[in-house]
Amino acid sequence: MSWNRLRRKVVSGAVVAFCAAAVVLALIPLGFILFFVIGHGLPALNAAFFTQMPKPVGEPGGGMANAIAGTLILIGLAAGIAVPIGIVSGIYVSEYRKTSLASAVRFSADILNGVPSIVIGLFAYTTAVLPFQRFSAIAGGLALGIMMIPLIVRMTEELLNLVPPTLRDGALALGATRARAVFTVILSAALPGILTGVLVALARIAGETAPLLFTAFNNRFWSTRLDQPIASLTVQVYTYAISPYDDWHRQAWAGATVLIGAILTFSLLARAMTRRLERMHRP
Amino acid sequence: MSTTGPLGRSSGEGRLFPLLTGAAAVLVPCLVAGIALVLWRESLLSIREFGFAFWRTSIWDPVAGQFGALPFIWGTLYSSLLALLLSAPVALGIAIFLSDLSPHALRQPLIFLTELLAAIPSIVYGLWGIFVLVPLVRRLEIATPAWLKGVPLFEGPPLGVGLLAASLVLAVMMVPFTASVAREILKAVPSAQREGAYALGATRWEAIRMALFYGRTGIIGAVMLGLGRALGETMAVTMLIGNNPRISLSLFAPQYTMAAVIANEFTEAADPLYLDALVEIGLVLFLITVAINALSRVLVWRVGRERTVRAGRPVPAAAV
Amino acid sequence: MPLTRGDIVPKLSRCLLIALLLAAVAAVLVPPVWADPVQIDGAGATFPYPIYSKWFSEYNKLHPDVRINYQSIGSGGGIRQLTAQTVFFGASDGPMTNDQLQGAPGKVFHFPTVLGGVVPIYNLPGVDAELKFAGTVLADIFLGKITKWSDQAIAKDNPGVNLPDSDITVVHRADGSGTSYIFCDYLAKVSPEYKSKVGVATSVNWPAGIGGKGNEGVAGLVKQTPGAIGYVELIYALQNKIAFGSVKSFDGEFVRASIDSVSAAAASATAKMPADFRVSITNAPGKNVYPISSFTWILLYESPKDKHKSRLMVDFMKWALTDGQKFAGDLGYAPLPQTVVSLEDAALKKIKVE
Repeated sequence: MSWNRLRRKVVSGAVVAFCAAAVVLALIPLGFILFFVIGHGLPALNAAFFTQMPKPVGEPGGGMANAIAGTLILIGLAAGIAVPIGIVSGIYVSEYRKTSLASAVRFSADILNGVPSIVIGLFAYTTAVLPFQRFSAIAGGLALGIMMIPLIVRMTEELLNLVPPTLRDGALALGATRARAVFTVILSAALPGILTGVLVALARIAGETAPLLFTAFNNRFWSTRLDQPIASLTVQVYTYAISPYDDWHRQAWAGATVLIGAILTFSLLARAMTRRLERMHRP
Repeated sequence: MSTTGPLGRSSGEGRLFPLLTGAAAVLVPCLVAGIALVLWRESLLSIREFGFAFWRTSIWDPVAGQFGALPFIWGTLYSSLLALLLSAPVALGIAIFLSDLSPHALRQPLIFLTELLAAIPSIVYGLWGIFVLVPLVRRLEIATPAWLKGVPLFEGPPLGVGLLAASLVLAVMMVPFTASVAREILKAVPSAQREGAYALGATRWEAIRMALFYGRTGIIGAVMLGLGRALGETMAVTMLIGNNPRISLSLFAPQYTMAAVIANEFTEAADPLYLDALVEIGLVLFLITVAINALSRVLVWRVGRERTVRAGRPVPAAAV
Repeated sequence: MPLTRGDIVPKLSRCLLIALLLAAVAAVLVPPVWADPVQIDGAGATFPYPIYSKWFSEYNKLHPDVRINYQSIGSGGGIRQLTAQTVFFGASDGPMTNDQLQGAPGKVFHFPTVLGGVVPIYNLPGVDAELKFAGTVLADIFLGKITKWSDQAIAKDNPGVNLPDSDITVVHRADGSGTSYIFCDYLAKVSPEYKSKVGVATSVNWPAGIGGKGNEGVAGLVKQTPGAIGYVELIYALQNKIAFGSVKSFDGEFVRASIDSVSAAAASATAKMPADFRVSITNAPGKNVYPISSFTWILLYESPKDKHKSRLMVDFMKWALTDGQKFAGDLGYAPLPQTVVSLEDAALKKIKVE
């Protein structure tokens, strides 16, 4: 074996080792965090946690039922705002690829994706809280929805582009209008992928705290009204975690565990869908 | 045969479809413009008072009414770039491992674990940071040899909280995003490319290197995506960075970022000038985000351009 | 068509999403079984959060149709949101300034609710004794002028204590806070240099140190950093079991914060309580008076738009100032002197309830 070949093999081996080390390196903090959170959180997870409201300081027990419901409502609102706008915009960008509006949308979506969540919170505070002189679930849903839009637009656009042109040509050949072709044929083909996009976007916003601080505020009572402040898991966990009470700390870890579980479920479902999509489209 | 009108539709097509879908689509750039407008309008008092000096003043004094964004800009850029330097190699390593090197049985579990890293909310990272990372960093700082402490990069008392702790946690948070996108990119490289390389006797690294080159635009995009996440990260950073608006080169010094100061002081600020100054910081953050976004697009375009330039020249079959 | 394995995941996801959407819609639309309870939103200081949360919970038990939702976002936040009218009442450890009162859309009244103390906490491994701090010493530490624990100024007041030669790490609040206001108010009184260099506000330009978020953030940082000194409300020091020092009073004795010493600080102020209750009781003269004490106030509009909520709030205040006070001691707060309560009763009558 020549010297050159040996050198190349050694370099290659080093790189492989580095990559394996990188994986291990990334898993270390993961293990740490999970061990920490779940270790503290699981013992505090009981039926009361899911069914009771927060108790005041000094009274042990209580739960985060209102925060769990609040988070569900907030992401429901966010999805309600973002999914229609996101999918329809994605359709436009995919169908009318070359127009300047499409380029503008793509560029804006990228920017919107990068805007820090706290800036979006500021925007939602100024537009949805101040003029109405109240903190509300809607304002929180708006802030989260704005964050979801770029992800859904991009995902929809990419998936619609992936649909084989033969499908579109076939529909058009059969006399369908463009609208009909898109909505009946192409969209159904792309639907699993779009759902993936929605799930990914949901996973992204479910863990947000900062934008909710100035919009949904927080609420220690059970509330499902859209025009009132509403509790959320993230804000509640934060409030409890920075308090000086051990009982609240335990509940904070429990809340964090529930949160991680929910986000993980969304992510996993999204990934499973992507795999199925790949199997479908592999030639 | 078909002409495309201003909305992009071909002749003979209904008007309703492009109009309706276009109406939804136009909301997206309107939203971005709206955010910029609101930020600008709500920071007018501060803009009029300080002008461009706001970007280069280092004082942040709510009592005296003196505000300058420089320490926060510094802290944001320094912590994010450091986190980028730390996370990009690790993320790429993971991406390469998952796409090229890992045994098939390990692949799915490892992907799952990477997803898990991304699923952890930032407050959890912040709390873990306070209880676990900060004491570790403090021990590291205490263990720094005296001769090294003379270097500006390492000077300062061993507090634990500071730029290093914040950058480390940012790096951990960036890794899953960059790794997952980079992995998708590497997966999308046609297998013919790799197969060709191996057929020519390339080592594993050489084949991977070629795949990296092929997908370099996407990989740069992946790295920039991670950077974007770091710039806007709020909760985890404010818990670990020490919240001190001073410009310092030292990794051990407590510093402050734009997102952190907004989160800490926005609900409190009762004075109109103070409030507007905080919103102006939001505006600065927004503009910096846009600038980095544009920069990454230019980078991607320039790096990708070389391919098309070379495409005209005759190239040997397997090399790129 | 039979359900294949490949169908399950997308079907499951679709079901999950639809279920989520339905749950959200149902939760919103399903009308409550009981009469729609009135919710009153308030925001402000973190310091009284423990007792306010207790009060609102107890009051809700007595009056299930009255829900008072209080979020502790900081004193400045309370003032801000009250002025913007996004909340019905505010709460603050520092009274509103004249400028802030001018800026509000209506006349705002201050109502003291409880008393509390801000204590200097520290972390000195190896030092078990309780440290004594003179006001000027604290001011110089927070100005960054005294940088070592072994400094003469500290040693002078602590004879016999083996102070290490290590650096002092100052910990202050990163977020705007009434606790900071009270602390700065005291330091400004004892140190003219502190008054001119730093000033008194909920957010100041700290000359030295690192910032923690919330009382808990400061407590946490001090606990974890050997050689650190910070300031928190008494209850946080007690809950976190952190060492805190005694402070030199106006009369010259070193007083440790406690319910009694904080109450004593109020006693001197009640004699000349201003009509709007905006009084600072830091550095008050008297025996066994803790110098860094303060009232905390609830802020109410004289004539809010919602008169029904106004009546409910006034009723709550009457309860809080009488029955509510008995919860104070357990949670580390000093109850109000009776003279102050009587004055407040009279003032509450000025609030328009119809």
